[in-house]
Amino acid sequence: MANKVFHVMYDDDQKLLHAAEKLVAQGLRVKEVFSPFPIHGLDPVIGVKRTRLAICSFLYATTGTILSILGTWYFMVSDWDWNIGGKPNFTWIENAPAFVPVMFEFSVFCGAHGMALTYLLRNGTLPGMPATNPDPRTTDDKFVMEINTEDNHQSAQEIESMIRATDVFELSIKDY
Amino acid sequence: MFKESNIRKPLILGHKTYHDITQDIVGPIEGPAPKQWKIAFTIALIVALYGVGCIMYLVGVGIGSWGLNKTVGWAWDITNFVWWVGIGHAGTLISAVLLLFRQRWRMAINRSAEAMTIFAVMMAAVFPVFHMGRVWMAYWTLPLPNQFGSLWPNFNSALMWDVFAISTYFSVSLVFWYIGLIPDFATIRDRMTKPRAKKIYSILSFGWSGRAKHWTRFEEVSLVLAGIATPLVFSVHSIVSMDFATSVVPGWHTTIFPPYFVSGAIFSGFAMVQTLLLIMRKTMKLEAYIHLKHIEYMNIVIIVTGSIVGVAYLTELFISDYSGVQYESYAFINRFSGPLAWSYWSMMTCNVISPQLFWFKKLRTNLGFTFAMSIIVNIGMWFERFVIIVTSIHRDYVPAAWGEFKASVIDIGMFIGTIGIFFTLFLLFARFFPVLALNELKTILKTSGESYKNDNKH
Repeated sequence: MANKVFHVMYDDDQKLLHAAEKLVAQGLRVKEVFSPFPIHGLDPVIGVKRTRLAICSFLYATTGTILSILGTWYFMVSDWDWNIGGKPNFTWIENAPAFVPVMFEFSVFCGAHGMALTYLLRNGTLPGMPATNPDPRTTDDKFVMEINTEDNHQSAQEIESMIRATDVFELSIKDY
Repeated sequence: MFKESNIRKPLILGHKTYHDITQDIVGPIEGPAPKQWKIAFTIALIVALYGVGCIMYLVGVGIGSWGLNKTVGWAWDITNFVWWVGIGHAGTLISAVLLLFRQRWRMAINRSAEAMTIFAVMMAAVFPVFHMGRVWMAYWTLPLPNQFGSLWPNFNSALMWDVFAISTYFSVSLVFWYIGLIPDFATIRDRMTKPRAKKIYSILSFGWSGRAKHWTRFEEVSLVLAGIATPLVFSVHSIVSMDFATSVVPGWHTTIFPPYFVSGAIFSGFAMVQTLLLIMRKTMKLEAYIHLKHIEYMNIVIIVTGSIVGVAYLTELFISDYSGVQYESYAFINRFSGPLAWSYWSMMTCNVISPQLFWFKKLRTNLGFTFAMSIIVNIGMWFERFVIIVTSIHRDYVPAAWGEFKASVIDIGMFIGTIGIFFTLFLLFARFFPVLALNELKTILKTSGESYKNDNKH
């Protein structure tokens, strides 16, 4: 059976949210939602899991801390130990208070940039990537829900009638 | 849905819809450039080019073309550096700290404040970088493997901490700003009809499509970036202050410097935001989004930070006397009664006395007065850095080594030039970038928009 894709457009975020709740309660699976801004409360309804980007950021920042400790130890203690104004430089730990600013900055640097890169890569949003929103109005004031026949056991007609029962603004059905 | 108290004034005035917000902000980008913009841009560009000329002359002739001498080794250069870095503090403060405190009024001002931050930090970097003299060796500040020994930069030095602090601050602010811009570029891309502009915005928007999962990640990334940018804001100006505080120069080695510099930075940053936004809201017709309430909130921040700065000045003065160290004590007596006393008293008037007028509600909600005050504060904050730097060193320990500082044409030209470059960049931003965070404003329309709030009364 050919896959039919329903792009259901709403003109308000709350209308889409209520419709999604209703359709999901009726057993439909909402594949994707395209919106001009985040709709709070939508994720649990359509089954979007919580992102783990914050954990990534922590790991990147920890990597930064470790690298900066290794770096300051190598540059200032091991490779070429400088005696600057008699500041203690025999071991890293003696000299450590002077390295705290750099350690902090480098941890933030790694945490922020690591997370930002991961975010862009995971989203697939990179320079030159094509836009995939089904309608240009979804970045302005319209909200689109994507439902496939492939993901659902109901027939196309059943799905359409379920969708029509919500407060739809526009509906487009395409065959793939 | 989040409910906001009806007593609070709405943040978005007028009966706006989501589409109106897009139209109001993207509309000016799509149309031809207004005449005022062209005039302002031409002036800014001429000043910027003059600044570039001065910089080229400086590189060609050397640091001797500044007014520095044996006694006053740091003067306008570092003054300008600290001044610009300070201005650059408001943007990230607005977007990060106010995000953590869930202050919704930041949404109308964060985009342009962040742009201001980025351009201000770029201008700040000009001074220490060109102060190196042989600017093509600026990369020596980085710990790169080399054939000189191997010779590494000194990580005990506050100047080295500064390299890390400023570059981290600049790059993290840039990323924070750009991640917020991506969805708004997508809005422009989807509306744009001119093919070349559409192509450019398409590349800038990174193919953003507004998927639910992407928005979840977007919000998480914004929150975490705000979380780590907050200590970053405080650390950067603390580290800048350590350039002075870790030295042994009377008037500089003061433990109060880090908090005092940070509040001064926020103070001057907000003043610059006021200067820019008061012009921008008028010329770009954004009065519905940036209105009296926003301006009043910013003025409140100015009075709080201005008062902290005032307390710091007085504490510093008292401690210098109480320390019992005659050099320390003299450094401060010299500040308010020496040959540069005029700069000390300009600083006191502009930073401590005049912002106190904002206690009057009538004055802090007056646009003309706010604009004048924002300029006064910026002048005062420039003098603060000048006072700290030049008056602390121009009378050395031994009277035979006392000196004076006279700014050269190149000193003045570079300073004015950076103002020109800053405004050139800011005007380009205002012309081609979404000046308000569209996607964020739309999220607060129903809780803080005027028509929705009135409908919600119960």
